[in-house]
Amino acid sequence: MGKDVVLVADSTSRWAEALREMSGRLEEMPAEEGYPSYLASRLAEFYERAGRVRAAGSPDRDGSVTLIGAVSPSGGDFTEPVTTHTMRFIKTFWALDAKLAYSRHYPSINWMNSYSGYLGDIAKWWGENISEDWFNIRSEVYGILQREDTLKEIVRLLGPEALPDEEKLILEVARMIKIGLLQQNSFDDVDTYCSPEKQFKLMKLLVDFYKQGQQAIKEGSPLSDIRAMSSITSILKARMDIKDDEMPKLDQLSTDMEKEFKSITGVKVSN
Amino acid sequence: MTAEGGVQYSKIAEIKGPLVIVDDVDNAAFDELVEIETNDGERRLGKVLEVGNGKAIVQVFEGTSGLSIAGTNAKFVGKVMEMPVSKEVLGRVFDGLGRPKDGLPDPIADKFIDINGEPMNPEQREYPKDFIQTGVSVIDGMITLVRGQKLPIFSGSGMSHNLLAAQIARQASVVGKQDDFAVVFAAIGVQYSEAEYFRRSLEESGALKRSVLFLNTADDPAIERIITPRVALTVAEYLAFELGMHVLVILTDMTNYAEALREISAAREEVPGRKGYPGYLYTDLSTIYERAGKLNGRKGSVTQVPILSMPSDDITHPIPDLTGYITEGQVVLGRDLFRQGIYPPVNILMSLSRLMKDGIGEGSTREDHSEVSNQVYDAYSRAQEVRALAGIVGKAGLTDIDLKYMDVGDVFEKEFLTQATDESRTIEETLNVLWKIVSKLPKNEITKIKDKYVDQYYQE
Repeated sequence: MGKDVVLVADSTSRWAEALREMSGRLEEMPAEEGYPSYLASRLAEFYERAGRVRAAGSPDRDGSVTLIGAVSPSGGDFTEPVTTHTMRFIKTFWALDAKLAYSRHYPSINWMNSYSGYLGDIAKWWGENISEDWFNIRSEVYGILQREDTLKEIVRLLGPEALPDEEKLILEVARMIKIGLLQQNSFDDVDTYCSPEKQFKLMKLLVDFYKQGQQAIKEGSPLSDIRAMSSITSILKARMDIKDDEMPKLDQLSTDMEKEFKSITGVKVSN
Repeated sequence: MTAEGGVQYSKIAEIKGPLVIVDDVDNAAFDELVEIETNDGERRLGKVLEVGNGKAIVQVFEGTSGLSIAGTNAKFVGKVMEMPVSKEVLGRVFDGLGRPKDGLPDPIADKFIDINGEPMNPEQREYPKDFIQTGVSVIDGMITLVRGQKLPIFSGSGMSHNLLAAQIARQASVVGKQDDFAVVFAAIGVQYSEAEYFRRSLEESGALKRSVLFLNTADDPAIERIITPRVALTVAEYLAFELGMHVLVILTDMTNYAEALREISAAREEVPGRKGYPGYLYTDLSTIYERAGKLNGRKGSVTQVPILSMPSDDITHPIPDLTGYITEGQVVLGRDLFRQGIYPPVNILMSLSRLMKDGIGEGSTREDHSEVSNQVYDAYSRAQEVRALAGIVGKAGLTDIDLKYMDVGDVFEKEFLTQATDESRTIEETLNVLWKIVSKLPKNEITKIKDKYVDQYYQE
């Protein structure tokens, strides 16, 4: 019929559990962890049914099937057979993280372990529809999160005070990204859906914050002044407070932030 | 539990573990009840596990010791196992097969019901959403229980899960409603002292008269354990859907149930799955856990709190793992909290109630409940990170804000989590302590709560 269809399968682990149960009853020779040896090929048969086609015949119909399979390995162990085999046949991976879930970071998608194999294709869409800058801004955000990941190791060993202000700023901005961008409240009327445009503006706002913060530190402002900025709370709550049709408010927030940064560095100069 | 009629066979081919194999059997049915009569007239009960080639494999609940191939008779009763039920079962104590254990005669049956239950029509199921106030802060505030939910307690050997379950059984109520409330307690392979503790704690609080107890203690035959949760749930369903009561079913300890299942599976020489448990463990557990719920147009509900002790506290063990697949969340007890003497030692970060979101908020608890509990989850997880850090760099290496989070962790454990076993807190009291915890943080750290609630409840 030419529709674009999403199929959500929750969960393929339980499906595999059934496969294992049947295989046991058929007294087949078990392979890894009691699963039948054909587990991998069955998974492949399933995931390979996703795709986009132009149907034969008339009228012209373009249809697609997108598969979202949930895997729930015991104890969150990504090395067990269902997970490892699934990873072989998929291109985009959202790794839900128990630690994030425990602190009610929703959605608890681990930004370091997850990936999309379609980044290049999707960048084109963002460039054409939202902003040419999207790919660069995204890379900046990702860079900050990656830097934070390595810095966290040092903090774990030496404590946060061992870092210079520039690096503490990275930790601060990473925290803001995690609260203000990567989390959403699905029960909040506004926060439950974030339009692409809002996503982009939020990302840009955070990257601008980082750049201006870097500049301020370079000009001699202490980090405590930046931490005390009133814009921070507004940025963190923007995902809840600003509706999709109120984009000018986000621009206003950006201007306010810039002014506040100027006042911080300005005071320093007049001293 | 005895039955008239049926076909009697005396050709026993083999006795193996808990199984008796009967030869030349005609028309036997899967799950059919079998009465085994020994040489000296002793009667035992069993059920048919497998039929084929003229043979029937019978699983004997009381075990096969003392049976001999010659002289033993097997009577195939022609129906599945049934439990006699009536309102009179309230206040009674039964054994693991549903026979009176309190010295009183059999209750006069209103009905005989198949212990395997009738699967609920999924279409007729009602989504559970009525908040149950247990009076235990950590459950009411952070892992809310609702009517018709199945919420297991994942514990470890020696931890205080029985204290917690007994406290829930005594205190559970639905705010503002005076409905009939009943407790069905099934002890599966527990120690005598634990079973006795439950009985006495219900008796002393006056809750025994609204309770039904099924006791299969550790020295009772393991095979009876397959039946115990099923007779208990049969009674619970009768009380809920025929008499309109709200029934809380406590099943302890499901690990012993799974062990019994493994024992039978091994005796039948089945291909073992993980850790020797049969491959159908998941399916089998679901036939127990899925007997919780509410039905459209019926007044009552069945709420399940199964307790299982995780072997060596391992949450990835097949029993907690498969249980977690089926149930709607879990309450996890933490060994480190238990060692610190904290009761109830609930590790909230690993615990979760999947139905919480529907049971709380305006109209049932309070409009700020969901947001304040989210903020506390976040703050407590941050507190744990800070504690780990403090263990390495010392308190001196922490920032001011880190120290505030340390404070959050302490207040949470000492004032919110810690509670006496006879202390019942209202939901308002619970929420106020949550706000006290949140108020340890400066306002700019509160990112998960709307400003209007912060203005209203933040304690300066």
